[in-house]
Amino acid sequence: MSRESEMGNRESSNGGSTDGWVPGAKPATATSGIAQNPVFEHLLRLADDRLVLGHRLSEWCGHAPILEEDIALANIALDLIGQASMLLKLAGEVEGKGRSEDALAYFRDAIEFRNAQLVELPNGDFAVTIVRQFLFDAWDVLVLERLAAVSNEALAGIAAKALKEARYHLRHTAEWVRMLGDGTAESHARAQRALDDLWPYTAELFLADAVDAEAVAAGSGVDVESFRSRWRQTVEQVLGEATLAIPKDGFAPRGGRTGRHTEYLGRMLADMQSLARAHPGAAW
Amino acid sequence: MTVADSRREEILAWLDEVKDPEVPVLSIRELGVLRDVDVSGDEVVVMMTPTYSGCPAMHAMEAEVVSTLAQHGVPNARVKTVYSPAWTTDWISDEAKAKLAAYGIAPPGRVESDDLVPLRRRAPVECPYCHSVNTLVRSEFGSTACKAILFCNSCRQPFELFKAI
Repeated sequence: MSRESEMGNRESSNGGSTDGWVPGAKPATATSGIAQNPVFEHLLRLADDRLVLGHRLSEWCGHAPILEEDIALANIALDLIGQASMLLKLAGEVEGKGRSEDALAYFRDAIEFRNAQLVELPNGDFAVTIVRQFLFDAWDVLVLERLAAVSNEALAGIAAKALKEARYHLRHTAEWVRMLGDGTAESHARAQRALDDLWPYTAELFLADAVDAEAVAAGSGVDVESFRSRWRQTVEQVLGEATLAIPKDGFAPRGGRTGRHTEYLGRMLADMQSLARAHPGAAW
Repeated sequence: MTVADSRREEILAWLDEVKDPEVPVLSIRELGVLRDVDVSGDEVVVMMTPTYSGCPAMHAMEAEVVSTLAQHGVPNARVKTVYSPAWTTDWISDEAKAKLAAYGIAPPGRVESDDLVPLRRRAPVECPYCHSVNTLVRSEFGSTACKAILFCNSCRQPFELFKAI
């Protein structure tokens, strides 16, 4: 990742810096959801899901129940963060204000993040992490399949690459969901509890607004409403083999796509962004 | 062959010296990470594609490409990252796969169809040491993004598999 834009803006920071790193500066993006640049906004939604979930998974590093899963979660985190990096770089180019992928990752505040709330929730136990990852992966594969066919070649290229990785993730997490659900009484109970707790947050994955519609019309977006039944098919098949009961739809929190987040995101970002903000402009 | 063509061939041959730091038995050319070289402009542009989106070895390989070319008297080389077409293990030649096996890494099989079947069974993997197919996946993920960890029940040897993607 390049660090030029934070460095470049650091010296003349009092005025029009858009990096958002200046202490006390107002967030650069409005929170109303009416985006001036829908493609930029849509790319942030795609990127932030991956950045936030990738960081959550990285929190398992050194703590997973077995070594193999420690490696697996770190590997999946690496893929997601790599994808986020490519998407944020593209978003920065689309925005045209000179923000690098690092500026976007480390110098936006929680209110400027556009991820779905599902991915910012704490990791919980291993069952929560795996069930969430499975629900996300099943969705992500469908997102990337469609993005790989959009007319925006840069976006389609990133998606085609990420799709291979997402399929591998899904195969892995689907097997774990089956093992946990159809395992011991303890693992089954934990997996079911995780599913019950997380299920309401999956509704937001399928919500689209005018921003998304404009991005789709511009050949740079995905219509998430179009494949809800496909997702449900995959999820039902795996949960069925896992002997887990699908919760009823009801309570469905939302708001992440326009910057309204749970309290957990701010705490996570404080950790994730602390190094970059303590040393603005530091290069790897 | 034009002058530009022979220059391109020469540079590609030099870049065969650059190995993947994680799999030092393969060059970046054999791995398919090195896509092409453009010698038409004032500077030499080396097109590379990452194996995985977050591959941490990419930066090391890019730096080595530039320094290798500098050693051969090409001071103005730069790396351009391309994502399309997406990297696939199907680009690794049979000769390169044989090198992997000799090094103790089971080479990737053909990439399976794109059909989404989350709980499918996989084709058996041959142990690179004793060639038994009585092997078991120990971990879907390994020491690097591109490998998985397996165990051979016949010779009781753990080994790595280059994942097919």
